[in-house]
Amino acid sequence: MTEKIAYDDVEVGTELPARTFPVTRATLVRYAGASGDFNPIHWNEKFAVEVGLPDVIAHGMFTMAEAIRVVTDWTGDPAAVVEYGVRFTKPVVVPNDDKGATIEVSAKVAAKLDDNKVRVDLLATSAGQKVLGMSRAVVRLA
Amino acid sequence: MALDQSFVGRTYPPTDPYEVGREKIREFAVAVGDANPAYADPEAAKALGHRDVVAPPTFVFAITFKAAGQVIEDPQLGLDYSRVVHGDQKFAYTRPVYAGDRLTVTSTIEAIKSMAGNDILDIRGEVHDEAGEHVVTAWTKLVARAAGTEEA
Repeated sequence: MTEKIAYDDVEVGTELPARTFPVTRATLVRYAGASGDFNPIHWNEKFAVEVGLPDVIAHGMFTMAEAIRVVTDWTGDPAAVVEYGVRFTKPVVVPNDDKGATIEVSAKVAAKLDDNKVRVDLLATSAGQKVLGMSRAVVRLA
Repeated sequence: MALDQSFVGRTYPPTDPYEVGREKIREFAVAVGDANPAYADPEAAKALGHRDVVAPPTFVFAITFKAAGQVIEDPQLGLDYSRVVHGDQKFAYTRPVYAGDRLTVTSTIEAIKSMAGNDILDIRGEVHDEAGEHVVTAWTKLVARAAGTEEA
């Protein structure tokens, strides 16, 4: 297990290790099954285009789940996350090829709060576009 | 057509309990590619001070969104779900979700707004365990795009 991060060891501006997450059509099918969200815009290209999307898009909740991994990998304990919120600004478009798309996530400590909590601001992009806005987590550290 | 403002503040009956399974948590963690042992190995979770495997932070959405279906499908509200996109999502945890939890969700319409023909609906889901203790609150913003607009 990761060593627990101590509140006293972080400061405003501390950067968390950035990550890149791959997403393919197969990823989306698996996520649909695990989450119960079978909206065809996440697996059916014909349907997605008919409703005005450029192609199949990733579930916003999938992107949200990937982004927080930067925080949970940092703290080691997923239960350190006490608040987490995002705005879905742009969809992650997932082409039907063997490469799919990638979601790039970086994060830094934006504020130190009381009770050993810190606010982490996340930046998630795909194909050069910001896909999550106002992406923030509050985590309680050791 | 704008949604009826009189629905703001309306609370729907609590859902039947959803029992969180270890294997469902594992399946979710695999689906998002997350190998954190706290999601799959009870001993690893216990080493962190937990009583059982922990659910990933966004896992509970599957439960709260299903509960929000009461609102979305309320024929009196008349939301056109075929035009709905997910705008914002937020969670605030009192404690993590564990395998074995039996969770009920109480959904409330917090706000209804109309902007440029779009209907914007804020739903708050309060999640409680079997003992009636608060576990997590989920805020979901849904945007029903105006008919005739095709922006993604």
